[in-house]
Amino acid sequence: MAGIELTDLSTVYPNGVRAVDDLSLSIADGEFFALLGPSGCGKTTLLRTIAGLEQASSGTVEIGSVDVTRDEPGRRRVAMVFQDYALFPHMTVAQNIAYPLRVRRASRTAQQEAAVRTSSGLGLAELLERRPNQLSGGQQQRVALARAVAMEADVLLLDEPLSNLDARLRLEARTFLKRLQRELGLTTVFVTHDQAEALALADRIAVMSEGRIRQLGSPKEVFQRPANTFVANFIGSTPMNLLPGVVNGGLVDVAGARLKPPSGVDLADGTQVTAGIRPEYLHAATGEEGITGTVSIVENLGVTSLVTLECPGEVMVGVTVPEQEEPAVGATVTAAPDPGRLLLYDGETEELLGEAKVAD
Amino acid sequence: MTPRQVLRRTGYVAFMAAVLAFFAVPMLWLASAPFDSDPGLGLAWPDWTLHNWQVTFDHPYALGSLLNSIVLGVVATAVATVLATLAAYALSRVRIPGRDALLYLLLLLSSVVTGTAAMVPIFVMMFQLGLINSQYATGLVIAGGMLPAAIFILKDFIDSVPRSYEESARVFGASPTQVLLHVVLPVARPGIATITVWAFVQAWGNFLLPFLLLRDVEEQPAAVLLTTLKDEGGSANLTVIPVFSLLYAVPVVALYLFVSKRYGFRFHGGIKA
Repeated sequence: MAGIELTDLSTVYPNGVRAVDDLSLSIADGEFFALLGPSGCGKTTLLRTIAGLEQASSGTVEIGSVDVTRDEPGRRRVAMVFQDYALFPHMTVAQNIAYPLRVRRASRTAQQEAAVRTSSGLGLAELLERRPNQLSGGQQQRVALARAVAMEADVLLLDEPLSNLDARLRLEARTFLKRLQRELGLTTVFVTHDQAEALALADRIAVMSEGRIRQLGSPKEVFQRPANTFVANFIGSTPMNLLPGVVNGGLVDVAGARLKPPSGVDLADGTQVTAGIRPEYLHAATGEEGITGTVSIVENLGVTSLVTLECPGEVMVGVTVPEQEEPAVGATVTAAPDPGRLLLYDGETEELLGEAKVAD
Repeated sequence: MTPRQVLRRTGYVAFMAAVLAFFAVPMLWLASAPFDSDPGLGLAWPDWTLHNWQVTFDHPYALGSLLNSIVLGVVATAVATVLATLAAYALSRVRIPGRDALLYLLLLLSSVVTGTAAMVPIFVMMFQLGLINSQYATGLVIAGGMLPAAIFILKDFIDSVPRSYEESARVFGASPTQVLLHVVLPVARPGIATITVWAFVQAWGNFLLPFLLLRDVEEQPAAVLLTTLKDEGGSANLTVIPVFSLLYAVPVVALYLFVSKRYGFRFHGGIKA
C-alpha cells in the first residue's frame, strides 16, 4: 500500500514535445484517481512516467515515500493494465495471470496457486486453459486485471480500461472495476478521455490539458464548479452554456437577461465575464428573471430533452427539460438558473471567479 | 450455355491444362525417371528397377555431397536467422537516426555483396584468410549475403508486434533477456519460422558461392556436385542424376511441411484489439 507523490514532473519527448509539463500531484494511499483529458493532453504519458515506461526529464516520482524516478518499471511495485490488455497470445490464461510470478522464478506450484486464487475472485476459474484469442473483450479485460492483481503491487495503473469494450459491457465493467478497487483497497490511477467514466469511478479527478492539470477535485467539484472554461467545456454529457456577459449595476447582462451574480463575487461595472450554466441547472421559468429565447431545436435524451433556445445577440442556450414539459419548436421560453448554479468566469483569464470547492 | 460461352470455357480449360502440364512434367519426370531402367530426358512410363539407386549410392561423392549441403544449409540458416532476429528486434525498437536509409542501403548492397560482382574480392579475401575449402566459412558468407533481406523482412514483422507486450512484461519485472525469451521470440515465431525456411532454401540452392569457395570435391554440396555428374563421354549421367535430384529435393520439402505444420506461416502478431 502506498501513495504517489509527483513533484515538478516533466516528461519531454525527443521531438521536443512537453507531454507532461512541470506537474505536481499527490495521490493518497488507497485512492481511486482519474487522469481525464482530451487526446494528446499528456495523461497517458503521465501514467507511463509513473510506471517507468517513460523517463521523467525532470522532477521526481515517489511511490510509498520512496523515490523511484530512475528505477526500472519492474522495480517500482507498480502493476499496469494496458489499453489493448497486452495479454501474451502464446500463453494460456493461467500462464498469463501467473506471469509476474514466473518472472520472479516462483515455483510452478506457486504459479498455479496464484492463477487459481486470483482467477476465482474475478470469475475466470473456468477459463484458465484458454488462450487470449478465445476470450471475449470483457473476459480479456478481467484476465489483464487478474494478472495485475497477481503481481501484488502497491499501485495499479489502468490505461483507458474501458475503451475497448462495447457500450453495454462498459457499464457492467465500470461497476465491476469500482467494486474490485474497493475490495483490494489498492491505490489506483486510471486514464480516460470519457468524462462520464471519470465521474462515475474516481474519488478524485485531475482534468488535464497540454501536460498540465487544469483542475483537481472530487467528481462533484469538477462537475458543479469547473475551475475554468476548459474544464467547464470538457465535463458533462451536454455541453455547458458559456455566454459572454457584462457586469452592470451589480447584475450581469447575459443574452438579454439580467442575472444575479453568485454570492461572494463582487465585480465593478463594465467588467467582461463569461457566464457558465449547465443545461441541467436551467429550468423553464414563469414570472422570474431569466434568459428568453425561441425554441429552435429539441433533442430527445430519453428521460429529458435538450432544448436549444435562440436568444438575442445570436446566442444559443441549451436547457434540459423533463420529457413531459417539452416545448414546441418556435415557442418562446424563459429559462432561469437554479439557485447558486450560475458560475462566472473572468472574461480574460477564463478562470472561475469565486471558490471552486463545494460543500458535500 | 451459348456456343460462345462453351467456346470460351473450352479455351480456358485448354489454357490451364497447358500451364499445368508445363509445371507438372518435370515433377513427373522426377517421380518416374529414378525408377526407370533406361531413363531419358523425356517422360515415359518407367520400366521399373532400383538399379539407378544402387549406382547412386555407390557413387563416391553423391551421398557425401548431400551431407555437405545439410551442414552448409544448417550453418548458414542458423547464423542468418539468429543474427537477423536480434538485429531486426533492435532496429524495430530502438530509434536510430537514418535507420530506414541504412536498411534500404543494406538491402541494395546485399545484391552486390554476394552477387557476381563481388565474387573475386570474396574469393581473394577467403583465400588470404585460409578459409577456402571450409564449409563453415562458406556458410558464413552465404549467411552474410542473406542477412540484409532477412533483417528487412523480420523487422517489418516485428514492427507489427505491439510494444505493449514488452512493456507489460517489463512492468511485471522481466529483465531484457526475459522479455526477449518469454515474449518477443514466441510472439515473433511465425515470422522467424518463415525466415528459417527461406534461408535454408536459399543456402540449399546456392551454387555460385560453394562452387567458388569449396574447391575440393569432397567438400562440395549437392548443388555443385550435380553439375559434375557426367559420364565418360561428357554428357549428363542419367543413371545418377534422377535419383540424386529426387534426394536433393526431399529435405526442402520436408522442412517446409514440418515448419508449416508446427508453426504455420503467418505474418501477423496475434493481438486482439
